[in-house]
Amino acid sequence: MIPAAFEYHRPKDMAGVLSILAEHGDDARVVAGGHSLIPMMKLRMADVPHLIDLQDVGGLSGIEISTDSIRLGAMVTQHDLINHAGLEEAAPILREAALQIADPQVRYMGTIGGNVANGDPGNDMPGLMQCLDATFTVVGPDGERQVPAREFYEAAYVTAREDDEVLTSVHFALPKGGYAYEKQKRKIGDYATAAAAVQIIKENGTCTAASIAMTNLSDTPIFSEAAGAALIGSAVDAAALDAAVAAMTGDIDPTEDNRGPVAFKKHVSGVILRRAIERAWSRA
Amino acid sequence: MTKKQHYTITVNGKQEEFLAEPRELLIYTLRERLNITGPHIGCETSHCGACTVTIDGKSVKSCTMFVAQADGKEITTIEGIGGPDALHPLQAAFKEHHGLQCGYCTPGMITRATKLLEENPNPTEEEIRFGMAGNICRCTGYQNIVKSIQAAAAEMNAAKEAAE
Repeated sequence: MIPAAFEYHRPKDMAGVLSILAEHGDDARVVAGGHSLIPMMKLRMADVPHLIDLQDVGGLSGIEISTDSIRLGAMVTQHDLINHAGLEEAAPILREAALQIADPQVRYMGTIGGNVANGDPGNDMPGLMQCLDATFTVVGPDGERQVPAREFYEAAYVTAREDDEVLTSVHFALPKGGYAYEKQKRKIGDYATAAAAVQIIKENGTCTAASIAMTNLSDTPIFSEAAGAALIGSAVDAAALDAAVAAMTGDIDPTEDNRGPVAFKKHVSGVILRRAIERAWSRA
Repeated sequence: MTKKQHYTITVNGKQEEFLAEPRELLIYTLRERLNITGPHIGCETSHCGACTVTIDGKSVKSCTMFVAQADGKEITTIEGIGGPDALHPLQAAFKEHHGLQCGYCTPGMITRATKLLEENPNPTEEEIRFGMAGNICRCTGYQNIVKSIQAAAAEMNAAKEAAE
C-alpha cells in the first residue's frame, strides 16, 4: 500500500506549523501519532500534499493536574494517559477509556489531540470529553481560542476547527463522583458498536448530578443532557435507569453498517449505558 | 514533490544513511532497502503486529509509520534482540514451549514481548494477553505464546536475581 506522494515538514515550533498551514491551506494536514491519518493516506482516501509532523513541536506533551482542573497537551499519548499515576488518581475515567482504545502498539502512538480533533465518530475521546465538559484550545493565525467539546463536533470529520488551526490542548475541571467508560466492540482494538461515558455524583443516596455521552451512535459524539437529567433526584433505581436509557435512545441516531442494523445498535446502546451507569453509581 | 530526501536512522545499533521518498513506509525501508527482513508484512493495515519494531522505546507497527517520521530515531528489530548463536530468553522460550507453528508472526510477537516484559517483568496471564493484543497469531491459539512469555519472564527474573 503506497500513499500518494507528499512533501514532509517537521517544524520545530507552532509558528512554523501555522505558517505552513497558511501557505498551503487545505493541501496541508498536521499529523500527530498518525494512526488514523496514515491508514487513510495508504488507502488513498486522504490526499495530503503537505504533511506537517508535530513530533518536534515543543510544549504539546504536558499533563498538568492542578487543584481544580486538568490540562492535557495534544501530543499526550493513550499510553501516557494509562501510565500516569497522578492522572489515574485525579481522573480515572481517562485510563479506563484509554485502555479500551485499539491495542498496545497503537496506544504508544495515538494521541489525545489526534483522537479528539479527527472528528471520527468512532473515536472514544470525543464522547468522553463531552461527558467531562472539556474545552479544547485551538491556535490559528489570529491566536488561540477555546471551543467547548460539546460544541466542537458538527458532522463526521467536520469540526469547529478551521483548516488553518491546530488543536493544542484539552482541559477540564477535575471530575467528581463515580465514573465509568463502558464500550461494546466486536474484537479487541475495534471501534465501538456502542460506548458510554458516565460521571455521576451521589449525596445521601440520591443522584445530584450526572453527565452522559455516547460514542459511535451518530455522526458525532452525543452528549445526552436528557439522560443525565433522568437520573437527577433519583436513587438510580430501575425506573430511573429505564428513563435514562429511553432519553438517551431519543438523542442518538445510529446508522446501519457492518456493526449491525439500527435496532441492534439502539438495543446495545441501552445495555451499555445501563452497565456504565450502574458501575459509575457503585463507585460514587 | 516526490523528491528523495536524505534520512539517517539507527537500526540495531548500526547507523544507516540513505535517500528515500518521505512516503516510504518504514517496514519497506527495513525490509527492502536495508535487507532487515525479520519484521514481516502481514496485514499492512495496523492490525496484525507482524511488522512490530521498537522505536525510541515504544512498540510500533512499522507499516503505519513513514520513513520521514522515523528520521533520527533508534530502531530495534528481532535481529537486534538475539540470533541463532545467542538466543534471547524469549526466543529460547518460544522454541522450547512451541510458541510458534508457522513462525510468521513470531518476530513481531517477540519484539513486542521484550517491551512488555521490560515494562512489567512479572505479568499475569491476563496482562500478557492484554499486552500482546496488538499481535495476531493464526496458528497457536495463543496458549503456547502465553506459556513462552511466562517461561521467559521467569528465566529473565532468575538471571537478574542471580546477577544481583
